Order: sequence, then structure tokens, then C-alpha cells
Amino acid sequence: MQVPIAHFLILAAILFSLGVLGVVIRRNAIVIFMSIELMLNSVNLTFLAFSNYLQNVEGQVLVFLVMVVAAAEVAVGLAIIVAIFRIRETVHVDDIKLLKW
Amino acid sequence: MESFIWYIPLLPLLGAIINGVFGKLLKEKAGIVANLTILGSFYFTVKAFLYVKDGITFNGNLFTWISAGNLQVPFGVLVDQLSIIIMLVVTGVGFLIHLYSIGYMHGDPGVARYFAYLNLFVFSMLLLVMGNNLVLLYLGWEGVGLCSYLLIGFWYEKHSAARAGMKAFITNRVGDFGFALGIFLIFSTLGTIQYAEIFQQVDKLAAAGVLTAATLLLFVGATGKSAQFPLYIWLPDAMEGPTPVSALIHAATMVTAGVYMVARFNLLYAMSEVAQAVVVTIGTFTAVFAATMALVNNDIKRVLAYSTISQLGYMFIGVGVGAFAAGIFHLMTHAFFKALLFLGAGSVMHALANNTDIRKMGGLYPKIKITAITFIVAWLAISGIPPFAGFFSKDEILAKAFAYSPVVWVFGALGAVLTAFYMSRLVFLTFFGKFRGGEELEHHIHESPPVMTIPLSILAILSAIGGFVGVPELLGGSNHFEHFLEPVFERAQEHLHFAHVSHGLEYTLMATSVLLALAGIGFAYLMYIKGTISPAKMTERFKGIYTVLYHKYYVDEFVEAAIIRPLLAFSRWLWHVVDDGIIDGIVNLVGKVTILFGLIFRRIQTGYVQNYAAFIVLGVILILAYYIFG
Repeated sequence: MQVPIAHFLILAAILFSLGVLGVVIRRNAIVIFMSIELMLNSVNLTFLAFSNYLQNVEGQVLVFLVMVVAAAEVAVGLAIIVAIFRIRETVHVDDIKLLKW
Repeated sequence: MESFIWYIPLLPLLGAIINGVFGKLLKEKAGIVANLTILGSFYFTVKAFLYVKDGITFNGNLFTWISAGNLQVPFGVLVDQLSIIIMLVVTGVGFLIHLYSIGYMHGDPGVARYFAYLNLFVFSMLLLVMGNNLVLLYLGWEGVGLCSYLLIGFWYEKHSAARAGMKAFITNRVGDFGFALGIFLIFSTLGTIQYAEIFQQVDKLAAAGVLTAATLLLFVGATGKSAQFPLYIWLPDAMEGPTPVSALIHAATMVTAGVYMVARFNLLYAMSEVAQAVVVTIGTFTAVFAATMALVNNDIKRVLAYSTISQLGYMFIGVGVGAFAAGIFHLMTHAFFKALLFLGAGSVMHALANNTDIRKMGGLYPKIKITAITFIVAWLAISGIPPFAGFFSKDEILAKAFAYSPVVWVFGALGAVLTAFYMSRLVFLTFFGKFRGGEELEHHIHESPPVMTIPLSILAILSAIGGFVGVPELLGGSNHFEHFLEPVFERAQEHLHFAHVSHGLEYTLMATSVLLALAGIGFAYLMYIKGTISPAKMTERFKGIYTVLYHKYYVDEFVEAAIIRPLLAFSRWLWHVVDDGIIDGIVNLVGKVTILFGLIFRRIQTGYVQNYAAFIVLGVILILAYYIFG
């Protein structure tokens, strides 16, 4: 039996909302990072759902693109977090406010 | 004449610029620069005089200075019989005083600045006299006022000098305000500020009914600049400046600017009987009023200052009654003997380590003979003893004053007695009797260097014989001076009405005034040389009058209480309430409101990226909600 597309979309929406909530609420840089990944993956899920629903492969191509960008972003982002941790010994974003006057 | 006439005012300006810019390099040499420029100016003035003597006058414009609407102000000069005489006095006496200044200011650290101001003064004064329109007259008028301020406060580190400078400047502002209004009135009625055109259209001025108002407003300016009642209060204080400045500015030239102005507008004044009466009244009152204050003052320079005010009063009597030539004649002779008196006083101060208190002088005659003899010549001249210069000019004025109204003559003669008395008192206390300044100071007494005594001698000669250019016909002369000036005052004559005075009466008047002067001198002789009448007893007997005179009629105190204090209080109110409260309040309010908004809205900008992300999400939600539900 075919799972209705609405289910995929609702699941993706829930995951995206969790990601947003994590970014807004959490103070740990690593967790924020993971929440961003969660949002990206919820988008991937949406792409796949529509790809299957519309029987169009372009959606799956875009998923690969998103994964590549996400991998690159994680590499840069984690490098920044590690660099900050080495200097400040914390990854708590409330303590990282150099630009705040 | 056109080829060189411009050098006359411009040379002193050049000197002022050189001394002002390169003063630090020139130091004492500044005096040489200043003297050369004035000497050059004097040379060209004499050259111009030779033309004017032959009846060739000059009225021409160099360029248009201001052009706005129907206001055309050319930079033009008028050299006629009237202005050439004042120019000769300004550059001639001015040169002698410049020469004297080299000796007097020797060693002063500000000597270059001094000569720069002095040259600038001569430039302004020449502009005032030579200008052929009211605006140039006003420019010169303000220029001499500025130089007067700068030179009174020359020793600005002395508090009293700085204050005196301010007093002179502010008092003159009052007069100049009236003067400016007078110019505006003439311009708005006639649409011109050129002398020649004003005199042409003088009937229009009379028809518009503003003639009296205009002349009186101009005269307000004259009372300020020429130190007449009630704006005379600045002149005695102006003695804080260097003594040659008192001689040049506050005796010989600047203070006579008002007299020159009235003589220049002789036609206007002659046509308005009210204006004439006001000028004569103020002049007469000032002549006597100032003389009484000179009676008891103990400062050699201040006595001379009151004397100057009094003599200016005589000049105003002269020009007021319509005897313009006599007024200008007295202006000239007064420039000689009063400059001499001031320079003599400077020489005395030089000998006595800058002491000006005549109670601490005495017996100086044998020690500083040249100064003493020249001073005595000036004393005889100002007292009106024939044949010295002052006799002819003063007598001329008194004779015409009698023809105008015998009352004026009575007061004029009273002033003459007082003048003779206070000048004799000054001379006797300074040069005769015993020295009262202590032994140490007595040791110090020395005659001034030749650079100072030569100008004194020249001025003494001029004071002695200067009167002969205007010997009245009554005494067998031909009154060259009056005939020379006739062309300038020609048109005014038809408006003047003098009562006929017989020759016999004129002789009597003349003899009376001489006798009165001698009486004044004799009285002073009895008091201060013979000691027959004790000055102390006189003081005791007329204690009331003496106190009032000694305190200068409490005019300064009155002005302080009635004008300065309320004005200061009002200014403070403007400062604290209007400026600090209202104007600054509005400006501060704008700032405060801005800060308030900033305080509120800065809370949004936390600096946490997460908060911004939250706002973005909120925005997205709102937009979505709009599309879904809206």
C-alpha cells in the first residue's frame, strides 16, 4: 500500500519545527548545529516524498546536493566551534558575544 | 592731485600691515616704519594742500565698494578746504606723536603692536575725514573707535586698562547706534549717501520733515565719539592707555570727529534751528560741567581729559551757533596745545617713573626744563592768553556765541575762568613749589630724550604762533583761516542769523574774557604758589561741592546703578532662563527623546544570533499565517 504524501509532509514539518526550536532555544553550539542538520534532513525528506509522489528524479538529485552542502557546512562549522573552544574553553553561545556592545 | 591723493590714507594702512605682520621681526624698528609712512602721508597732504590753497579741490572715486539695489557706495575721497585742514592736523600732529612714541614706548614688549594700531588709527581717521560719502565716514568712524579700544586696552594685562577699553567701546556703541540710524534716515529719504548729492537735495530732506531728526541722530553719534554729555564718561577712563595715545586719539584727532561731522553737514545743521539749539546746549553744558570736574582731580592725565571734554564743548558751541570756521579753528589750535599738554604729561610721567598723581609732584621746573617750558606755553594757550593760539580760536567762538545768545557767552566765559584755574593749578602743582614725591623718586628725575623733546618743542611753537592764521579783522588781521574755509560753508550762511554786535562791544567781550582768564590764573597763583588762600581751608569750606566734584557728580555710580546693573541682570536672565532654559531646553529635548527611543529599541538588538533567528521564524510564521488565513 502506498503511504499518503501527507504523512511524509507532516513528519517533515514536525522534524523541521523541532530543528527550528532547537536552534532558537538551545545554547550549546553543537546542539544548535545538530538542530540545523535536523532541519536540512527534514527538507531532504520533503524532496524525497515529492520525488516519489511526482515520479520525478530531480528531487533525489537535489537531495544529494543538499547532503554535499551540509557535509561541507558541518566541516567548516565544526572547525569554527573547535577553534572557539580552544580559545574560550566553552561552546556556550551566551559566552560568545565578542561583537555585542 | 588724483595721482597721489590715494597715497595719503594708504601709506598708514601699509605701515599697519607691515608692523602687524612682521612686528615680531621688526621689534623696535617698527617705530621707524610707522614714522616713515606717516611722514610720507604728511608730505602728500602738504602737496594736496598747495592745490587746495589755489582753489583746486578734488572729489573722485577709486572704485565702487558696495553695489546693492539702489545703494551705491563708491570708495571715493573728497579733498576740500575743510578736510585738508583736518588731514594736515591728523598727519602733522600725528607724525609728531609717532616720533614721540619711539622714545616713550622704547623697551615695551608690544612696541610693534602699538605702532601697528597707531598706523591703523591714522588710516581710519584719514578715511573718516577724506571719505566723500556717509558710509566711508561711518567706516572711518568705527575704525577709529576700534583703534581707540585697542589702544586704551593696550596694556591689557592691567585689569583697569582692559575695563576702560570696554567702557569706551560700549559707550561709543550707544552713540554709533544713533549715528547709524541718522545715516539710514538720510538714505531712506534721499536714496543717496554721497555728500554732494545730499547737499543738492537738502530741500527734499527738509520737505520730508526729517531734517531735524537726521541731524539730531547724527549728533547722538557725535556725543559718543566726541565725549559730550551724557556719553562723555568713557574719556577720563581712556587715560589708562599709553600717553601718546591719549594725545593723538583722545585729544587731537578722534574725539574731534564729531566736530568735523557737524562742520561737514553745516548746511543741514544751519537749516534746523532745533538741531542748532541742541548742539549749542549740549556743548555749553559740557564745557562748564567737565571743567568743574577738572578743578579737583589729582591725576595729571585725567585733569587733561576733563579739559579735553570741556574744550570739545567749546568746539560744539562754535559749530552749533553756525561759526563753523571758528569751531574748526579751535579744533586745530586745540590739537596743537592739547597734544602738547598730553605729551608733556607723558614726559613728566617718564621722569617720575609713571607717577600721575600731582600731589606727589612739584618743583619739576628746574629739572626738566624743556618739558616745563613747552607745558607752560600750552597752558597759556589753553587759558586764552594772547597772543597764544588758544586765545584767537576761543575768542572767535565766544564772539559768535554772544551774537547767537548772550547766555551762551556767559557760560562760555565761566568755562574759560574754570579752564584757566584748573590748568594753572596743574602747572603750579607740577612744576613749581617743592617736590612732594619723596627723596628716592627725586633722585630719579631726568629729562626725556630728544626724540621726545623735539616733538614737544615743535608743538610748543605751533601752540604759540598757530593762532596767527586766524587773527580776526577786529585786531587788524585778515582772518585767513575763515576766508580759506568760506567755500565749504557758503551755502549755510543764508540760513544763519546773527545779532549785530558792535565793535566796541566785541572789544569789551574780548577784554573781559582775557581778564577772566587772568583772574583764574591769579586765583590759582594765590592758592598754590603764594599760599595766601589755603587749598585745604577751601576744601573744608566748600566740603559739599568738593565731595560732589571729587566723585565726578556720581555719574559713574549712577550709570552703574541705573544702567549697567539692570542690564547685567537682564543679560543674566536671558542667559539662565532664555538661553539655558528655553533654547538649550529644546535642543536637549530632541536629544533626550532620541535617547529614550534608543533605550527602548536597543533591547531588540541583543547580539544573540539565536534571537534574530527566532525573529525570522516569527516573521515566517506571520507571513504564512497571512497567506493561509488572510
